[in-house]
Amino acid sequence: MLEQLEGSQAVAHSIAMCRPEVIAAYPISPQTHIVEALSDKVRTGELQPCEYLMVESEFAAMSACIGASAAGARAYTATASQGLLYMAEALYNASGLGLPIVMTLANRAIGAPINIWNDHSDSMSQRDSGWIQLYAETNQEALDLHIQAFRLAEELSVPVMVCMDGFILTHAYEQVDMPTPEQVDDYLPPFEPQQMLDPSAPLTIGAMVGPEAFTEVKYLMHAKQVAALDAIPAIADDFEQAFGRSSGGLIRSYRAEDAETIVVALGSVLGTIEDVVDELREQGVKIGAVAIKCFRPYPLEEVRDALAGAERIVVIEKAFAVGAGGIVGQNVRLALSGLESRVYDVVAGLGGRPITKKSLRALFADALGDRLESGRLHFLDLKRDVVERELERMQGGGRHGPHAENIIRDLGIVGAEPH
Amino acid sequence: MAEQKLKGYQVGTFVVGNRLLEPEQRSVQARMERSNTLTSGHRACRGCGEALGARYTLDAAMRATDGKLIAANATGCLEVFSTPYPESSWQLPWIHSLFGNAPAVAAGVAAALKAKGREDVRVVGQAGDGGTVDIGFACLSGMFERNDDVLFVCYDNEGYMNTGVQRSGATPPAARTANTKPVGPEPGNVFGQGKNVPLIAMAHEIPYVATATVAEPRDLEQKVERAMELRGARYIHVFVPCPLGWGAASEDTILLARLVKETGLFPVFEAEHGEVVSVSKIRRRVEVVEYLKLQRRYAHLFGPEPNTDVIARLQAGADRNIERFGLLGESGGEG
Repeated sequence: MLEQLEGSQAVAHSIAMCRPEVIAAYPISPQTHIVEALSDKVRTGELQPCEYLMVESEFAAMSACIGASAAGARAYTATASQGLLYMAEALYNASGLGLPIVMTLANRAIGAPINIWNDHSDSMSQRDSGWIQLYAETNQEALDLHIQAFRLAEELSVPVMVCMDGFILTHAYEQVDMPTPEQVDDYLPPFEPQQMLDPSAPLTIGAMVGPEAFTEVKYLMHAKQVAALDAIPAIADDFEQAFGRSSGGLIRSYRAEDAETIVVALGSVLGTIEDVVDELREQGVKIGAVAIKCFRPYPLEEVRDALAGAERIVVIEKAFAVGAGGIVGQNVRLALSGLESRVYDVVAGLGGRPITKKSLRALFADALGDRLESGRLHFLDLKRDVVERELERMQGGGRHGPHAENIIRDLGIVGAEPH
Repeated sequence: MAEQKLKGYQVGTFVVGNRLLEPEQRSVQARMERSNTLTSGHRACRGCGEALGARYTLDAAMRATDGKLIAANATGCLEVFSTPYPESSWQLPWIHSLFGNAPAVAAGVAAALKAKGREDVRVVGQAGDGGTVDIGFACLSGMFERNDDVLFVCYDNEGYMNTGVQRSGATPPAARTANTKPVGPEPGNVFGQGKNVPLIAMAHEIPYVATATVAEPRDLEQKVERAMELRGARYIHVFVPCPLGWGAASEDTILLARLVKETGLFPVFEAEHGEVVSVSKIRRRVEVVEYLKLQRRYAHLFGPEPNTDVIARLQAGADRNIERFGLLGESGGEG
């Protein structure tokens, strides 16, 4: 049924239809509307049986999910930003133990400076935590990916993180096609745990493992993620059969078949990118886009196949490895190793800075003219004069003060004057 | 024939011999059907108080729940010595996740059981003092505040023994540890404010809080049994000497656990919903020196020039406990 819903509400409905038995969550913007809605559903009995644990931290949220999942319950949590970092130790534990927990990540920047707006530095910081990472482009896809995520997690006994852009998706009202509970029940079978704390068959979970077997346990983690590269498209195909629409998968190409230039990105920014691609196509430019829908496991073959025919690749990413460069960019280069294509790394949208069509037009014009430098990280819409002034101030030595506050003062933001 | 006075307890112990008790009162350990939850073959040190405490606690909990028990264990000695891959000493469903999250993992297990309508299966969380009073403290307090149906047990050996005997928030003043060595102007651990987690647990007004020592295992068993009669968050803090970390003789584990109570340094009591309901009285009061002298972690206080100031401060702490908890006088009931 078509409904006009806030992204968070759509996801909460979707989660409820997946019938989690334990939800443990700690509030953090921009995840709050999701867990508030789920709390309502549990308290009113709309979602039952389900225990909602109002934990004291994200670390406890993930830890409670670990306990619940090990006890055979379908477990769910949601977080963002600092919350994801606060649960980092437990993230690795959940994946190491092979527990099929599903989590929504409302992507948000990481401080300092503290910033509540969207980018991907949170999920990218945990890209190697052993969690599968799926990225939603729209609210419809966020809704759909959660249903797929539980099936994927439970089939492989691995945890899955569904990433949706904070505010841009979580707080945006869009039309979504809401499935019926019966449809979801048909698609998602009840959770059959592959390991379980059960007094009738006692077992030890989480034993210490030394050098004699640690490598093998870790190999199996990797092998399961590699297996997910087959499972994810199969689960997405089944989803399309059952629900009549395409969602998820590993990658998605847009007008890329004959493209000489391909723009690669993750998440909601693809919509803006595709609008600009359309404009340029009308001008006869052979440009297309590729969305990476699943960043972990990394679909190296699919990325290579999709990009192999292009002369130049522009990777637009909402996070970067400080002191090293692009993160998605490095992964794209890995997929293209041995090929002649030029890869331009562009970091954009940090801390919620809008990625506008105007900026993208200018960026693509530079890329098409090969006026960008491959191997160097480009910052879209960087206010270079502001940076220069701060660099100058630093050269003065002494106690020049914190960058963030100096820059805000330079920009003349109201209330930033010294008292 | 000379008259001999009948003693209900073994010489010098105050512990009543099992044979003299009614069958129902006998220790779980004296029963054929004991579950051996932490079975033999584990790698604990000789004289380990924690292994003893865990065995009595979990076997009693297993008996109380008819074997329907799940344990969530924090990282630490107990976890390491019981599960060297590929062996496990645990004969119950047991999970180890992290150092600081055992109370939350246990809460998650309890939530799962509730959602599944399996509340006949009960949950015990357990950790050493590091995993309880320090790194696990936030999760513990959260579990208490929510009143999750978990019995959490702290086996307190007063330091980070697994990592090589460093100071924890439960290390007593003046004690030598690897990072509070008897060097500098204030040798040993500092006199801080202390961190009395049983009292902090009581401040949460949870259904049940108790302290116990491995010197009185029947008392510990009865407290576990009482805890399992109740629902909601429950906490037992068990004093478990560590021969390795304390520089004590392996055979003195029980003696030290008895002396810590008899000095007043470790009050043994029970509380329900934030109120003390019973106190285990001191049978024969001893000075703290008798307890301290048996442990090399306090050796720097003695020698040719004993540090009488520090010993007096430690004695004052014990005296304050005696006053505060009313540890002297006639026992009101079971002691």
